[in-house]
Amino acid sequence: MNSPLDSSVLFTVGPVPISTSVATVWAIMVILSIVAVVVRRGLALVPSTTQALFELVVDAVDSQIRATMRVDPAPYRAFIGSLFVFILVCNWSALVPGMEPPTANLATDAALALLVFVAVIWFGVRAGGVRDFLATFASPSPVMIPLNFIESLTRTFSLLVRLFGNVMSGVYVIGIVLSLAGLLVPIPLMALELLTGAVQAYIFAVLAMVFIAGAIERDKT
Amino acid sequence: MNWIAIVSIIAAAVAVSFGAIGPAFAEGRAVAAAMDAIARQPEAANTISRTLFVGLAMIETMAIYCLVIALLLLFANPLLK
Repeated sequence: MNSPLDSSVLFTVGPVPISTSVATVWAIMVILSIVAVVVRRGLALVPSTTQALFELVVDAVDSQIRATMRVDPAPYRAFIGSLFVFILVCNWSALVPGMEPPTANLATDAALALLVFVAVIWFGVRAGGVRDFLATFASPSPVMIPLNFIESLTRTFSLLVRLFGNVMSGVYVIGIVLSLAGLLVPIPLMALELLTGAVQAYIFAVLAMVFIAGAIERDKT
Repeated sequence: MNWIAIVSIIAAAVAVSFGAIGPAFAEGRAVAAAMDAIARQPEAANTISRTLFVGLAMIETMAIYCLVIALLLLFANPLLK
């Protein structure tokens, strides 16, 4: 059995090896962009069925941001919404025969977690300057500065490990059951994996919201 | 197969099996408390279940850490190189 920590090389561009998961991510990015552009072109005041479906998704993201962060969702809708939709499509791409979800690879999850780490700093600085953002590290008392600092690193790491562990373990459980029991037996497990994939995408987005909300929160007193 | 490999395999199994006990109890308690809260205040079900999901994810991370340690022992063991 292949190690889940390695990645297989699909082809090389010059000296740079391109792994299978990177190629899958590119394909998913292209498909999502094309869908977004096509849906955007057909926007109308009286929505078609497709538009209503996509508006439902945007509304759901908006209401989640409003409920979790208690701020106007407009500045965060693009980032949180893309994170959620991208991870969801990545997790569910396992349904396509022969495809392995790119989130079952450590590198993809590391990139996503790094994005959240940078976004927390970006939104925190944008909300009220560098000084105020750094002041959030001393938030209950200055004694907490080293702990808050370490926490901002470890929570990024746990974000990465959580998504990787869940998706990769699902892939492996299905693979093991398939090799032991044979065709059609792992279908209930695949259904469970769909649920896990959706829940993990939701949790990743909610945790990104919680981290950003912590960075933009200002002491009112 | 030398003894480092044998010990690694046993350690991986022990890490996952014992590492799953704590989070399992913790998730059970969290869900039970959330059920209790929803039964008392059904109108707050949305907030409670969202917080529950985030909390469960946090708890589950402990079990996932054990899984990652087990994988490191099995597939990326530095002592076997």
